[in-house]
Amino acid sequence: MSSTLTAFRALVRKDIAIFLRDRRALVISVLTPIVVAGFFGFLFGGVGSGSNPISRMKVGVADLDNSALTKAVIESLSNDASLEMQSLSEDEARRLVKSGKLRAAIVFPAGFEPAATGALLGVGQMPDVKLYYDPSQSMVRPMVAGLLSQHVMQRLSRPNFIGNSKPIPFNVDNVAVTTGPRYNSYAHSFAGMSIQFILFMGIDAGIALLLMRQEGMWRRLRAAPLSRAVLLGSRVAGTTLIAIMILAVVYLVARLVFDVRIAGSVPGFIMVAGAFALLAATTGLMIASLGRSVGATRGVAMFSVLILVMLGGAWVPSFLFPEWLQRVTEFTPTRWAVDGLDGATWRGLPLQSAFEPTAILIGWSALFALIAVWRFDWEDG
Amino acid sequence: MDLTADRLHKKFGAITAVADVSFTATRGKILGLLGPNGAGKSTTIGMIAGLTTPDSGSVKIDGAVLKTGAHPGKRHIGLVTQEIALVEELPARLNLEFFGGLYGLSGKALAARISAVLELTSLTDRARDPPSEFSGGMRRRLNIACALLHEPEILMLDEPTVGVDPQSRNAIFETIEALAGHGRTVIYTTHYMEEVERLCDRIVIVDHGRVLADDTLAGLLASAPVANRLTLRYDSAPHAEALTEIKSLAGVLQVEVNGTELSVSATDLGAAAPRVLERLAARGFSCQELTSRRANLEDVFLALTGRTLRDT
Repeated sequence: MSSTLTAFRALVRKDIAIFLRDRRALVISVLTPIVVAGFFGFLFGGVGSGSNPISRMKVGVADLDNSALTKAVIESLSNDASLEMQSLSEDEARRLVKSGKLRAAIVFPAGFEPAATGALLGVGQMPDVKLYYDPSQSMVRPMVAGLLSQHVMQRLSRPNFIGNSKPIPFNVDNVAVTTGPRYNSYAHSFAGMSIQFILFMGIDAGIALLLMRQEGMWRRLRAAPLSRAVLLGSRVAGTTLIAIMILAVVYLVARLVFDVRIAGSVPGFIMVAGAFALLAATTGLMIASLGRSVGATRGVAMFSVLILVMLGGAWVPSFLFPEWLQRVTEFTPTRWAVDGLDGATWRGLPLQSAFEPTAILIGWSALFALIAVWRFDWEDG
Repeated sequence: MDLTADRLHKKFGAITAVADVSFTATRGKILGLLGPNGAGKSTTIGMIAGLTTPDSGSVKIDGAVLKTGAHPGKRHIGLVTQEIALVEELPARLNLEFFGGLYGLSGKALAARISAVLELTSLTDRARDPPSEFSGGMRRRLNIACALLHEPEILMLDEPTVGVDPQSRNAIFETIEALAGHGRTVIYTTHYMEEVERLCDRIVIVDHGRVLADDTLAGLLASAPVANRLTLRYDSAPHAEALTEIKSLAGVLQVEVNGTELSVSATDLGAAAPRVLERLAARGFSCQELTSRRANLEDVFLALTGRTLRDT
């Protein structure tokens, strides 16, 4: 083995040995993404969430009409699988919505039945049904309004139409579309949280290099007959391998405990994971080359990574973003990492679909590495 | 191997750290770079170890120019940095494996070298312990051991005894002397004159980035306008007539009076002291206290810069 290769191996092995020997950091590096991803996965539906019953929305109802029609509608709403109805006075309903204990509340006004029946037949004014809703949950209002319309129409039309005619002339057959087995919300949350915490590890690797420079170790390494490529390349290689190890353990737990499967291409998953690990390593290197003081560098780097992770859809899937923001996020490497891992896991996409995210992640890594080499002060420390 | 620094010059921004520094370290000898903190010693070491590119001038090892980066000439150099450069998380043996690996050592050759340097630095029985459990002296010794693994012909030690207890310092000195005795070229930087006096065959005094003197200890002491000093305290202040007589004695260079204290500089303390005591006793002065001190590098530095090493 050549001297250069021996030196390269010694440098990489040292970084990995330090990581493995720090038991507390090791546990935190692996455990934190698992716990946080597990929590987010549970919140967003858990295993097979496409077929699981959704959590029921708590909705209050105040019946000021107290008619046969409103009673029938309330009974019908109470039987809806997506609602948990609670009968209240109008004031109480409004108070509970305001305090966040109810998602919304429906108020049937006095005289609702005759007014609604008349309006259906084109006679008289339409009655006003009040819908109180929590403005922090904007999706709730159209959902409750839609369900209310559906159940009112079903009840109201029965005595007014003849034979087999249907007030809503179609059924919706819900079919979750993935090429994989079942949607598992843990798959997305594990992708997102792995990316977040591995980027944090990349920051730590960069900070460690800054500390090496401050404490004289970097000066000592430069005393050896080693090129810049060996010194920085070994640093990137060591951090990349550590990131791959973390990803492997996190996804092993995800598979065993949370049933996260690589439903698509395993080589595709490995390609995306490897490219992302390289990105985390070069991010750390860039931080070390641009940073000066440890405290300030850590703060700025953490902030930047959190923004990247947020835009990448690691916390909330990017399809929930506005259209313009979705286009912006395509310029962030984290978006491609999340999409790449999602594609290989729950979307069950083939190998070819991993090429684009892998290439883009490698491109970003190359850019970060170039910036690092360009800005690295070789004679400092 | 001989190492020659030839008119090295280095600026950092507007500040000149090293200006026209030249010296030669020869095989089997210990060269001391003596100067106060900030004199340019570490910058000089950086250039002669191939870490820093000089703005001008060159470093040659047996006539071959040394460069930075992966230059093969660096293989001849073992650098002991001022900061203790150890991987605190790893046991001493793994530290040695790591540093040996940097110079291409592996397998049995590496294992043999690790045993040798552990023995040389008396750390064999602590090889499994991490440096974080070591005393300051042991950490310094391990730092030196890491620089010796690849058997460098030239060993550079930058302030290697900072924070070390006297026992460990003596152990470090013995190791350095043994290495020089085996033909290694040693360059030793410090701001402790006692260390250079004890260890070095040749001394280069630097200040403000410039070489002020380059000679053996004897040569430096002989060339400086300072001498051995005799300090006497009397029961009363010697009068002018007595002082004139003392000044006229053979070998006496200078006489200063401060109250009842008399300070006499002389070329030879052994010859001057009895004569001074005898003449003053004859004039009725009774000596209460007498101390003598040989001239040292502190005096040389004072003569060269107008400051003491400890003032800087």
